[in-house]
Amino acid sequence: MAARTLFDKIWDSHVVERLPDGTAILYIDRHLVHEVTSPQAFEGLRMSGRRLRRPDATIAVVDHNVPTSDRTQPIEEPESRNQIETLERNVREFDVPYFPLLSARQGIVHVVGPEQGISLPGMTIVCGDSHTSTHGALGALAFGIGTSEVEHVMATQTLLQKPARNMKVTVEGPLGPGVTAKDVMLAIIGRIGTAGGTGHVIEFAGSTIRGLDMAGRMTICNMSIEAGARAGLVEPDETTFEYVRGRPFAPKGEAFDQAVAYWKTLVADEGAQYDKTVELRAEDIGPSLTWGTSPETVISVTGTVPDPKDQADEARRVQMQRMLDYMGLEAGQKIAGVPVDVVFIGSCTNSRIEDLRSAASVIAGRHVAEGVRAMVVPGSGIVKAQAEEEGLDRIFRDAGFEWREAGCSMCLGMNPDKLTPGQRCASTSNRNFEGRQGPGGRTHLLSPAMAAAAAVTGHLTDVRELI
Amino acid sequence: MDKFTVLTAIAAPLPEANIDTDKIIPARFLKTTKRSGLGVHAFDGMRYNPDGSEKPDFVLNQEPYRKAGILITYDNLGCGSSREHAPWALLDFGIRCVIAPSFADIFFNNCFKNGIVPIRLPREICDMLMDDARLGGNGRLTVDLERQVVIRPDGEEIGFEIDPLRKHLLLEGLDDIGQTLQHEGAIGTFETARQQAQPWQTRIVID
Repeated sequence: MAARTLFDKIWDSHVVERLPDGTAILYIDRHLVHEVTSPQAFEGLRMSGRRLRRPDATIAVVDHNVPTSDRTQPIEEPESRNQIETLERNVREFDVPYFPLLSARQGIVHVVGPEQGISLPGMTIVCGDSHTSTHGALGALAFGIGTSEVEHVMATQTLLQKPARNMKVTVEGPLGPGVTAKDVMLAIIGRIGTAGGTGHVIEFAGSTIRGLDMAGRMTICNMSIEAGARAGLVEPDETTFEYVRGRPFAPKGEAFDQAVAYWKTLVADEGAQYDKTVELRAEDIGPSLTWGTSPETVISVTGTVPDPKDQADEARRVQMQRMLDYMGLEAGQKIAGVPVDVVFIGSCTNSRIEDLRSAASVIAGRHVAEGVRAMVVPGSGIVKAQAEEEGLDRIFRDAGFEWREAGCSMCLGMNPDKLTPGQRCASTSNRNFEGRQGPGGRTHLLSPAMAAAAAVTGHLTDVRELI
Repeated sequence: MDKFTVLTAIAAPLPEANIDTDKIIPARFLKTTKRSGLGVHAFDGMRYNPDGSEKPDFVLNQEPYRKAGILITYDNLGCGSSREHAPWALLDFGIRCVIAPSFADIFFNNCFKNGIVPIRLPREICDMLMDDARLGGNGRLTVDLERQVVIRPDGEEIGFEIDPLRKHLLLEGLDDIGQTLQHEGAIGTFETARQQAQPWQTRIVID
């Protein structure tokens, strides 16, 4: 057999049947469900009298709509309440396992899956959410799907798919002080662009990636979609196995050892071919952030806002100028020193315990700058409880941060946590599109450590000045 | 899903790259539990002022593009979120065909599931079709799916590629779940074999 990539191996092991035109019926091991992209799918099943094939391979949570304030009060917003109640009716009717709002295990679906051991290496994992790519950090083939495909998985436990192309992004060398997985991923997206991975699954490799903890690898894989890729993958290794060991739904005892023996085969073969390869050196990556309204508009925190005049393509020039106008920035302006109104630490990209520790280490002994609203939204109830056990909540609260309940929060304007028009936010989330965090809101994507630095200084700041 | 055979319609030119799904339908409109009714919010930020009045410069606020059935853009249309609300919003507005040099993967998939034909054509062809579209009512384009051609107002035909299975489903207006369920036996056999070979694949049961 020809040398295979990690993607090829996982793909091959899930093909139920190949149709004459090359489309595969691909078996799905785990289906993660949330309240926003599932109601029409459940309705479709009901209308066609179909059953949900594998409730025991499905898990539902509420995350996008939920308020991150006091949970004991009813949800005020009627449409959000309706969407959550609809999910609760659907999980009862179709017998789907569910972590309700008041469960300690509730949280952002892409934090909950790995945390509970529901997402495991070698699996195929899907969810009606593009950031499903996160779970690729475990060495699973995980990707976002639309609601029609959600219904397809519910009814058949499969998807009709054509294989993706293979892309390999290698990052080598040790990370400098203040440089995190987020900076690495921003650098990758800045290099290849938001369509750089279109049609591909990206395998992340090299010593820098291997040196990351699981949270860092999840940050990287999470934003694969911002590079246009269907999914991101990291070869499972000892870091992965130790992460999975002992998690509630992970295999135990002898079954775990059997699983590890299999997971160790999930590596790219010597000589495996990639359709595209990209190489970066960690030494070239510093603390970074975005200046515009596309995740590819990445610059170093020591850099300046680029000038549209330097663009040859007219459409691109016009678009850049519009981004500058929207963001309230000027060409040539130094990005460090731009004042911020809001700091958001959270989202499926950066709300794990490691992210909170990283931010807390910058904040300890300091205070949020006057006039800045700073918030921390842990990725799950479990992350929140662990942070409280470690005393991180005290560090954040003492510094003037809001310490909130788990959910998607200000990553997208679907719940009460929103920017108001013109507000500028240093955000650890994944998208800086116009209006993403609320109509007229201005988003700079950066790492938890950089967000913490912005919070205490009141402006975009090189975190290295504070460590 | 409605069948797609031949569409003759006004085409709206939107010469921008990287039109993301948040632009097509902002997140705050995703709270619906239905597929219909999103057309009024399509391109909300580009289409309306904060007070709800229309932005007259935006193409879909102009005649005859309010009745556009085809949308032409630049690269990477539909990047970002997986929300199927994006094609639902386009469909509800009346768009049955989107033409661009390239598409984001999930959006591309989602279009097919809703009877919208996404057509990839080179940038210079898109520019040419946008020029046609700027003629408004005199620049109607025809998309003949069976023959896989876009027909310009002057009769010139431009061929396009499309996956044969997807073409078949569009032409017949078929739901692919029914198609897959014809293979239910094979799925069951695969599932059983997999559970035996990989007993560590735990079941999710919450007490």
